[in-house]
Amino acid sequence: MQIAMTVNGEQVTRDAEPRVLLVHFIREVLGLTGTHTGCDTSNCGVCVVLMDGKPVKSCTVLAAMAAGHDVRTVEGLAKNGTLDPVQQGFMEEHGLQCGFCTPGMMLTARALLDSNPHPDDHQIREAISGQICRCTGYATIVRSVHWAANHAAEEVPG
Amino acid sequence: MTTLDEPPVPAGPVDERERNPAAAAEDRPIGFGRLQRKEDPRFVRGKGHYLDDITLPGMLHGAVLRSPVAHARLVSIDTTAAAAHPKVRAVITGKDLEPLNLAWAPTLSADVQAVLATDKVRFQGQEVAFVVAEDRYAARDALELIKVEYDVLPPVMDARKALDPGMPVIRDDLEGRTDNHIFDWEAGDSAATDAVFARADVVVSQDVVYPRVHPAPMETCGAIADYDPIDGKLTLYETTQAPHAHRTLYALVAGIPEHKIRVISPDIGGGFGNKVGIYPGYVCAVVGSIVTGKPVKWVEDRSENLMSTSFARDYLMRGEVAATSDGRILAVRTTVIADHGAFNATAQPTKYPAGFFHIFTGSYDLEAAHCKVTGVYTNKAPGGVAYACSFRVTEAVYLVERMVDVLAQKLAMDPAELRLKNFIRPEQFPYQNKTGWEYDSGEYETAMRLSMKIAGYDELRREQADKRARGELMGIGVSFFTETVGAGPRRHMDIVGLGMADGAEVRVHPTGKAVVRLSVQSQGQGHETTFAQIVAEELGIPPESIEVVHGDTDQTPFGLGTYGSRSTPVSGGAVALASRKVRDKARMIASVMLEARPDDLEWEKGRWFVRGDPEQGKTISEIALGAHGTLELPEGVDGNLDAEVTYDPPNLTFPFGAYICVVDIDPGTGVVKVRRFIAVDDCGTRINPMIIEGQVHGGLTDGVGMALMEFIGFDEDGNCLGGSFMDYLIPTSMEVPDWETGYTVTPSPHHPIGAKGIGESATVGSPPAIVNAIVDALQPMGVVHVDMPCTPARVWAAMQGRAQPPV
Ligand code: FES
Ligand code: FES
Repeated sequence: MQIAMTVNGEQVTRDAEPRVLLVHFIREVLGLTGTHTGCDTSNCGVCVVLMDGKPVKSCTVLAAMAAGHDVRTVEGLAKNGTLDPVQQGFMEEHGLQCGFCTPGMMLTARALLDSNPHPDDHQIREAISGQICRCTGYATIVRSVHWAANHAAEEVPG
Repeated sequence: MTTLDEPPVPAGPVDERERNPAAAAEDRPIGFGRLQRKEDPRFVRGKGHYLDDITLPGMLHGAVLRSPVAHARLVSIDTTAAAAHPKVRAVITGKDLEPLNLAWAPTLSADVQAVLATDKVRFQGQEVAFVVAEDRYAARDALELIKVEYDVLPPVMDARKALDPGMPVIRDDLEGRTDNHIFDWEAGDSAATDAVFARADVVVSQDVVYPRVHPAPMETCGAIADYDPIDGKLTLYETTQAPHAHRTLYALVAGIPEHKIRVISPDIGGGFGNKVGIYPGYVCAVVGSIVTGKPVKWVEDRSENLMSTSFARDYLMRGEVAATSDGRILAVRTTVIADHGAFNATAQPTKYPAGFFHIFTGSYDLEAAHCKVTGVYTNKAPGGVAYACSFRVTEAVYLVERMVDVLAQKLAMDPAELRLKNFIRPEQFPYQNKTGWEYDSGEYETAMRLSMKIAGYDELRREQADKRARGELMGIGVSFFTETVGAGPRRHMDIVGLGMADGAEVRVHPTGKAVVRLSVQSQGQGHETTFAQIVAEELGIPPESIEVVHGDTDQTPFGLGTYGSRSTPVSGGAVALASRKVRDKARMIASVMLEARPDDLEWEKGRWFVRGDPEQGKTISEIALGAHGTLELPEGVDGNLDAEVTYDPPNLTFPFGAYICVVDIDPGTGVVKVRRFIAVDDCGTRINPMIIEGQVHGGLTDGVGMALMEFIGFDEDGNCLGGSFMDYLIPTSMEVPDWETGYTVTPSPHHPIGAKGIGESATVGSPPAIVNAIVDALQPMGVVHVDMPCTPARVWAAMQGRAQPPV
């Protein structure tokens, strides 16, 4: 079937089986491999993308269900070569190690900061609680989000 | 109660940024220090290059059919319908592999493992058939079309009963095999230990289980095999921590000449030991590519990862400690049943079937020690060394640290005080322990006291007393660990005959930029940064001017890879020594350029200059250009500026740490909340404090997982009860506290830069601190021990004095 949606601001229309998961559509049909898969049960969150600004687990959405919606992936975080403060924050505060959970974590952080520009520790932890990071122990992710909150207005050169 | 005097030697405060307030602002230090990671810019843009991100032209997709039962005779496999699927290109069974001599493959422990089952299946999830299809979905569809008939046999699921007479023999494939016994292994002096026990005032004993857990990196395992029939070359992309060892093993197993195999390990989404072994799926991908003439990708899903790839631990231990009545620990004795699953596939140095478990003497000055480990087969997945265990140091540390607390409880002594009383003292290093190790260096009391100071230990004990009076359950747990990592001296240590040395090559280009090539492979530890910093420290070339090449056997020197916290101790040594060779060569070249004798030159970071005339000098960049130019070089010095070293460590390194955990337990439900966790680590010389802190944080989180929730359990029919993230629980941001870290620095005297390794310290050291805290909280109820995972059900049962659900 033909599936049309907006991905990172661009209108895309592609052919895909009705059963294809959004994560596979993004990775394999569109070739945007920054979004990952890590489980079969909707538990890990390494597949998180923003759909209409809200974090969703793209392994739990059929591509067909995303038709007509606005999807944002990690590749759409930087704007015109300028990193999002969240991306900069993760580098500054060592919010990533293997980097596999990182795209999902950063997108959730972006959505959080959009609705709550100055979250406290608990709010950050709650926001990312549906996502697993096996490497960092989360404290540096929390620090990274704070960094982004504190540097929201800054233009960070990419 | 222990006094909290100032530590006898200086030690570091808690926060990295406090330690070096300028660090965050400081621009890229040349050498050691806090430095943002060179690998991060691609990861934060979603431009990492993980295995599943790779698509080759014409690539096909593989999927594995797995056994639904734990033990059964294979009666028949009918692949007709699957083969007829329009998108299927090949269906492979064990019968197809037999003529290629690939149905069975050697394991890393002198056993064999079925690639695809031919006679029996021996664990739930075992590989039975492999389908190659045009896409991922079609390959899965075709699995459903394969019909397998099983004749189900009774499984052996309890390792304690595996050796009972009359138990089904799991490995009847092995000639003459009549039981499920794999090995017996001992260390220490049994008679001397028994003698000490016989005269001791106090003896405590406790059964302690380290349950089966799984490393579960966020990226599962996978491979892409690309066999070129024309030049006979196999290019194999793999999620592997040990690309060179894999290449050699494929050459030995598949009969493809080693120079025709290239193993590429791209960015790896976490490993923790899970990505050391060669899994049947990889071999199937190779066969699939040979059969179809196309590249074949196989990536396991999460259930396959948890059910079939290397588990960790599964040690059933009985610990005993002999002591004087005033708390002097005299001896430790232990017997262990080691559950190795259906095939003995643990990645251990050959001489050490129980890994380095014989470091169970811990951080204490003992008169005697002895252990006996018995390995047995069960109908569970094979594997056995994984999940940041430092070759079973995890089990050893857990045992001894739990036992010290059992003793403290018996003697009514404070557990910190008991440890302080028994530590190996600084002047005793290098210390020969009673099971054959030579500990390199340690300042245990300093680390312990720093940890207690950060925790506010006395304050915590007062708070606990108040809470106890009110009926609240608060526990304070202490653990002190000594690791043995950086395996190892090659005359003692090998994996399937390959000595555990690692090579590194440093090459300075004509313009003064450099490349360093490593045999080890990062899975998130930041090698691209750390190893550049080692070269920078030695040669004064800024880290951003140094490219780190790893994960490709065609481009890097031979070495055994990354596991057991060995990258910094082994490859770090190789890189430092190769850099020093380059520096020595640079001196010879500089002497020509400066028209001075080499002996008259002095080094400052990045530059040789004439002693007494510092203006007269040449930078490493200038020397590099000279080395590649037309300069007439001295006798014995060839052109270019490079060096290669294979580092054979003279000994292992012995990182250590002092951990304190504070828990609160809900008396109504048994839910454990880790309120605080204080970790003081000593990994010797610190290369990048930011990365070290990250390694510690990650390991502490593993510790919370293992202590409270992670568990690969089985029912009596052999069904895996931890086969998805619905059942195999990993800590989220809500279950872990904001870690409090500190450090001391006791360099390794035998290591070129004094570094000891940090990758697994926290995974090793934290579980006993957490369990000790839980038992400490429950002490008033007479609880002496709770086995991991300390789930609410198990803790609650312990509180009621009831038998805890089995592990
Ligand atoms: S892949 Fe695990 S939640 Fe989506
Ligand atoms: S950085 Fe590896 S899983 Fe989060």
